[in-house]
Amino acid sequence: MTEFLRLSWAVAAKDLRVEMRNREALNAAFAFALTVLLLFSFAFDPIVNPDARAMSGGLLWVVYAFAGILALNRSFARETANDCMSALAAAPISGAAIFAGKAFANGLLLLALELLSLPMFGVFYDVRWLARFPELALILALGATALTVIGTMFGAVTANSRLRELMLPVLVLPLALPALMACVKLTTLIFAGEPIGDSFVWLKLLISFDVIFGLLGATLLEYVIES
Amino acid sequence: MAEPLIIARQVAKYFGDFPALRSIDLEVQAGEALALLGRNGAGKSTLLQLFAGLSQPTSGAIELRVGGSDFRQSVGVLGHGQWLYDDLTAAENLNFFAQLYAVQDAPGKIDSWLELTGLSRFRDSRVNEFSRGMRQRLAIARAFLHEPRVLLLDEPWTALDDRAIRFLSDRMTEARQRGATLVVCSHQLREALEVADRVAVLDRGRLAYVEEVSEALRANPDSLYERLS
Repeated sequence: MTEFLRLSWAVAAKDLRVEMRNREALNAAFAFALTVLLLFSFAFDPIVNPDARAMSGGLLWVVYAFAGILALNRSFARETANDCMSALAAAPISGAAIFAGKAFANGLLLLALELLSLPMFGVFYDVRWLARFPELALILALGATALTVIGTMFGAVTANSRLRELMLPVLVLPLALPALMACVKLTTLIFAGEPIGDSFVWLKLLISFDVIFGLLGATLLEYVIES
Repeated sequence: MAEPLIIARQVAKYFGDFPALRSIDLEVQAGEALALLGRNGAGKSTLLQLFAGLSQPTSGAIELRVGGSDFRQSVGVLGHGQWLYDDLTAAENLNFFAQLYAVQDAPGKIDSWLELTGLSRFRDSRVNEFSRGMRQRLAIARAFLHEPRVLLLDEPWTALDDRAIRFLSDRMTEARQRGATLVVCSHQLREALEVADRVAVLDRGRLAYVEEVSEALRANPDSLYERLS
């Protein structure tokens, strides 16, 4: 287990170091998130139309899902330069450790993206997101994990595809739909100031999704890298 | 008599309908240096990839008798793609691979390899600022860093100047002195024959012939291909 964590951390630290150096994934995803949030605030102005606030959770997760895909696309794409994917395949590291390392780095990036764009969302939609921040942070973390585990798994599958940028959202979003639905439901409740206790089933669904697809990704990545 | 370390039995590899390798039977003995030679498209790199476990044969079997729980720990590969991260520095690249291969005394070995490859001054420079030759030298350091028992080198002399070629030949000699097995595929016949004990010549996916490297062959390397149709 120690060896697994050591190798996973080596992969995660390498990915985070590369990303912090060029910020290509984070910058692109953050710029996209800001632009879409701004456009949504014009299209669904909560001051003119108070009902728009009921959609705020859904709008937020549409932004996170597509901006997240932009960031996730880079994860395995950077392994294709100089054939670094072969270096990982030839090294004594399991697919599960590669998956865990990459998913951890991707998860941190997505969480950073969510936290960076949340204040803008609060301003544009006049939402008091700080009022119940611990609960919101939990949903953001679980949602980021859901997108990460699916995105990391399919990022490896599409890494060598010429249509990588197109294929990843096509594969990830339909599969991530149950998790996104849970995120939308729970986030909307939090923004509306309602307790999430009545919708506890959505929270259980989200946690189950993360665990099941996390284990599936760790198991399947070995075969993906081999092929 | 040394034991065979790598055994290929009736190995075939197809890419779609194209036969890259056909009916390859070949043994590489422990401690020997084998040069895999052949013209473009002969199947040298494909066979090396199969030896490295990066690809599976369509039929037949490859056996690596290196022991241990994971054969990859014992193998060092220098591939076409150099396998380096452009946005990491030279030292960071070596440190990452040292972590993957659990290299003991990694900082000392990294310093030593950067010194040997003449890249000490560039240890904190990003690889995307390197020339092709500097990248190749760093890739050599990466492949040799964990002192593997088996070295699989694909066109190792590419982009190297005469001094770097000498350096690489010295490292290969050192590796052999500690008992490592070398499989080298290259178009540079003179350099390949200088380090090799035996030569295996591939021709359009088939193993044309295998023979010991003699002084006569080293003196006239072009004779290797004259026998091919």
